[in-house]
Amino acid sequence: MRQAQEEHPQDTDKPVASIGRRWGMVVDLDRCTGCQACVVACHAENNIALNLEDVVLQQRAINWIRIERYWEGEYPNVKARFLPMFCQHCNNAPCEPVCPVYATYHNQEGLNVQVYNRCIGTRYCANNCPYHARFFNFWERDLDDTHREYLNPNVTVRTKGIMEKCTFCVQRIRKSEWERRQADEELQDGDVNPACVQACPTDTLVFGNLEDEESRVAKLAQNKRHYRVLEELGTDTNVVYLKKVDPHASETAPAHA
Amino acid sequence: MHERPRLTPIQINRDLMRSVVETPMVFYVLLLLLMGLVGLGVVAATLLVTYGLGVTGLNHPVFWGFFIINFVFWVGISHAGTMISAILRLTSAEWRRPVVRAAEVMTVFSLMTAALFVVLHTGRPWRTLYWAFPYDFVRGIWPDVRSPLVWDPSAIFTYLTGSILFVYAALIPDLALARDQTTGWRRTVYGVLCLGWRGNARQWKLLNATGLLLSALILPVFVSVHSIVSWDFGMSLVPGWHVHIFAPYFVVGAVLSGVAAVIALMAVMRSLFRLHDYIRPEHFDMIGRLLIVVALAWAYFYFLDFVFALISKEEAEYQVMKLRLSPPYLYLFLLMVVCNVFLPVPIWMFRRFRRNIPIMIFTAVVVNIGMWLERFLIIIPTLQRRHPDAFAWGDYSASLVEIALVIFSFANVALLLLLFSKIFPVIPIWEEKEGHIWKREFRIGKLRLPAIVRE
Repeated sequence: MRQAQEEHPQDTDKPVASIGRRWGMVVDLDRCTGCQACVVACHAENNIALNLEDVVLQQRAINWIRIERYWEGEYPNVKARFLPMFCQHCNNAPCEPVCPVYATYHNQEGLNVQVYNRCIGTRYCANNCPYHARFFNFWERDLDDTHREYLNPNVTVRTKGIMEKCTFCVQRIRKSEWERRQADEELQDGDVNPACVQACPTDTLVFGNLEDEESRVAKLAQNKRHYRVLEELGTDTNVVYLKKVDPHASETAPAHA
Repeated sequence: MHERPRLTPIQINRDLMRSVVETPMVFYVLLLLLMGLVGLGVVAATLLVTYGLGVTGLNHPVFWGFFIINFVFWVGISHAGTMISAILRLTSAEWRRPVVRAAEVMTVFSLMTAALFVVLHTGRPWRTLYWAFPYDFVRGIWPDVRSPLVWDPSAIFTYLTGSILFVYAALIPDLALARDQTTGWRRTVYGVLCLGWRGNARQWKLLNATGLLLSALILPVFVSVHSIVSWDFGMSLVPGWHVHIFAPYFVVGAVLSGVAAVIALMAVMRSLFRLHDYIRPEHFDMIGRLLIVVALAWAYFYFLDFVFALISKEEAEYQVMKLRLSPPYLYLFLLMVVCNVFLPVPIWMFRRFRRNIPIMIFTAVVVNIGMWLERFLIIIPTLQRRHPDAFAWGDYSASLVEIALVIFSFANVALLLLLFSKIFPVIPIWEEKEGHIWKREFRIGKLRLPAIVRE
């Protein structure tokens, strides 16, 4: 880390100096159909506990990615709006400075990392996250042999009493890195795809390196429809949303607009 | 102190050592009752640690609940100790004398209980203990000093250390007295504890200097502890918590609940140990006057908190305030305001009521109900409506385990106080005698002059 800071002395206002790589995602809301394939893929990839009925009723369901559904307009002209919401991997993350044990911190790749082993479960990070992207393991998981069969061996199974959240499928990033390194190559744009991106049938989610100006994600992030959720809080997120294109906007807009 | 009856030193010794030397039946009854309630809490805590925080009513988004409310409440109660012993000692308020030790000891025990709740509230308490004490420095990962949760234990342990020193230093002459009045193994124990006190002039001088120094040193802690507790909320990004007046507001609230708790404590001591000659209506009178100021200051801060939210109409904070002012929280809010200001302050306005002990106990209980509700209203509705456009709004209702642990906290402080009163005199005997000596005066014709002049 010290080495990286010496290489990039201009980055002193950033929490951690970057190494020319900042993972980010673009969510094109114009393409999202709210099909929840990303949610299912995330659950399968990341060994997320099953949200059974009683857990949902306790308001303790864990969804690293969720589809927020908003209704717009008055009946009968009601439109459903979908907004996939997950950890925004803020560059200025509210969850990080409140953790007393560095269980969550920013790594050099722009990821907001959760270290399960350090976590003591103060839940302060969850309170401080304006995106409600952090989840707490209220119960110990009840895993029988059948359950164990379908666990992803690359992802830790979390115990009770700790926080968890979207990791941008860091295990996949590491796997792609390793594969490229075996072939003595650099990581290419499009090499890494988190489970949600892979599962998305409409290409809503695009993942990549925001520092690389040639990457698809960096180009999309420059789109004029771009915005960040709760940008006014100054969290400086690595997830960029592209506003939905409304073909009827001119018909329904108020006269003064 | 005009109503102090003339008592001989021997009589004072006998009266104030009575709780240590004699054990009435009611002591055993109370002991059993409190131990039962504490046992209930131990069962609840065992369930909590075994099955995890699932047994509480906490959920997403209400991640903090009764435990944090209780933590803030008990740290608040602990403020009575410094308020009464340090500030009143430095300002030489005579009426503090019979109350100092009880208030200080309550500080120590309520701080310990508060610290316990910090540990219980975490998801992995065993890791929390590991983190707070011998941290694994081997791996080079230090606690993150940016986190208010690191400031918290620093503040609490500073305060706890200071308070224990305070209690102990003031206990030494009384321990020596206990040594002289007991026999056998008790005499040995008190003899060791009193550090060879013989009551010569040099020792008294040192004791006085220690008292003054500790008072002055603990004074900044008085301001800092609850400020830091308030920063747990103030430093967050949660609308309704991210409020700049939280630090002074919490300190004032803490003094209000703490000093009110001292009233209840004084009344219990008075009847339990038959200390009518020492804790007199005039003491309740003085505390009542102090509390008028504190309660009104608290009301002012609470009012400001509302004004800032409702006038600025910043959307997120406005939503939180709106929730606090809509049923069912509206009823709790009204109850809290009545309990904290509208009921007790008019009562404290009248000398007749201030000197009526049952009425003063009533106000003490009412104020503490109000202050507990205040913490509830700060923590729960705020978390329920974190950020107006978020998808995850929720409810919270405490589980039996949480309720049992709240009861446990009260029983625990009471039990520890009871045990303390059995081992040590609850009223500082030497301070009481000192008060008698200060009061001595002689007459020249019609003139009355104090026998001792203070520098």
